[in-house]
Amino acid sequence: MSVLPPPDLVVDAVGRPCPMPVIELARALPGVAVGAVVGVRADDPAARVDIPAWCRMRRQDYLGTGAPDGPGTLYLVRRVS
Amino acid sequence: MAPEDRVEVTLVPSADVATRVAPGTPPGTASTGVNVLAQPNAAGPPTPAGARPAHKIRAPVPVSTSVGLMTATLHDPTSPVYLDAASAMPLHPVARETLLAALEDGWADPARLYAAGRRARLLLDGAREAVASELGARADEVSFTSSGTVAAHQAVLGALAGRRRAGRLLVHSAVEHSCVLQAGQSHVAAGGEQASIGVDALGSVDVDALRALLDTRPDTALVSVQSANHEVGTCQPLDAVHHACAGVPLHVDAAQSLAWEAPAPGWSLLTGSARKWGGPAGVGVLAVRTGTRWRSPMPSDEAEGGRMPGALNLPLVLAAATSLQAARAESAALAPRLRALVERIRTEVPRLVPDVEVLGHPSLRLPHLVTFSALYVEGEAAVRALDAAGFAVTSGSSCTSSTLTPSHVLEAMGALTHGNLRVSLHRGSTEADVDRLLAVLPGVLTRLRADAGAAGL
Repeated sequence: MSVLPPPDLVVDAVGRPCPMPVIELARALPGVAVGAVVGVRADDPAARVDIPAWCRMRRQDYLGTGAPDGPGTLYLVRRVS
Repeated sequence: MAPEDRVEVTLVPSADVATRVAPGTPPGTASTGVNVLAQPNAAGPPTPAGARPAHKIRAPVPVSTSVGLMTATLHDPTSPVYLDAASAMPLHPVARETLLAALEDGWADPARLYAAGRRARLLLDGAREAVASELGARADEVSFTSSGTVAAHQAVLGALAGRRRAGRLLVHSAVEHSCVLQAGQSHVAAGGEQASIGVDALGSVDVDALRALLDTRPDTALVSVQSANHEVGTCQPLDAVHHACAGVPLHVDAAQSLAWEAPAPGWSLLTGSARKWGGPAGVGVLAVRTGTRWRSPMPSDEAEGGRMPGALNLPLVLAAATSLQAARAESAALAPRLRALVERIRTEVPRLVPDVEVLGHPSLRLPHLVTFSALYVEGEAAVRALDAAGFAVTSGSSCTSSTLTPSHVLEAMGALTHGNLRVSLHRGSTEADVDRLLAVLPGVLTRLRADAGAAGL
């Protein structure tokens, strides 16, 4: 966990079912610079599969999960394009 | 129904074989005319290789394969298009005719000594031989159960009970049907162990990982691997799996593939469900290879070789048997036809709709099933929208409640779990059905994306 970079922007999708966490991620990513990291906080069980799958389909870099500063899991994605 | 789609149903009582052909029936599906009841000396094409004639399962009406009836119904541009054969294959006309005949004349207790009981016994024996032949099994290895799920539970728990001295570890693929996983949970609750073997992104089981696990765990009691996946259609490398098992008994859940072919012969236990091959719901089949240790996990009686207690529903069993024979007789023509339609969906959906991922192995796959996931779409909403548009499909997504977990199959593959749709075809499916689906689908998915505020993402 500690080797992962802190997110430059955190999107809160806790309490929102799929596909909303992925939609929030897709909305947020263009707002950060290439190389920056977006964190998505989500508690929907599909997010653990769908956020990495979205990164694969959209050729972004899924980094893993970080320590959330609240409920849910924090998924970290680096914008690479 | 448009007038040109109406079918004149005529029975041609030539030696128990009649073929009803509808105008516009796709080539290759109308010529089967198989005598599924296998009357000796009946006219018509030969039964499938290895099929033995059933003993005097006889319907009072001529048996036909009635190919055109359902095709014509589904040709009707105003009628719903049923595309969920992987949940329940529409009842084969042969099953219907056998069932109706057996309700009149095949319902007595096969265990009784009077004439009606003896006749029921003959019918049941004939059904068992017919099914055994299609499974690549001996008749005395085959038991009928009350469902495919019960068959799998009996296979897994019975084999584990029989191998208790060898060990208590059940190994299965990560993409098995929930009935196998639930049997595993029951085994764990009783003090046993289960281990899951992963799959690749196409859904194929990792045979190297299986081999490595078995090398370190000589106490493995049973391996369970499906013949083909029920959600994405990928056929598993059963020969390689069997080889990796190296003597450990292998249970093959063949529910999705039995309509098309017998699985590779390396299994020790084989299970299936009549509902998946065009037979009625309420009949499963369990085959236990001679020499395989098996002990009933529940109280047993003398029925079905001690493997399924309680009275069978004999009419359903007879209908299951004749429909399996009919499905296999049609498979050589039907499978390529449906495979071509599936291939068209696999090619066209990603071309017509952006951000869609087609799932499963591109070539080692079931002929009738195709699955894809669309980004930013709620799967259940897509199912409801397609239902409103006249299409019955299903979804592996669970977006409607945050307490539901996504499909374990899609998760194991690392595939997108939301926006998931499974389309599964059957003998009544036509090119026109697929045309209509491909015409409607892009609009449905675009609208759902817009509703979710995901347009243009």
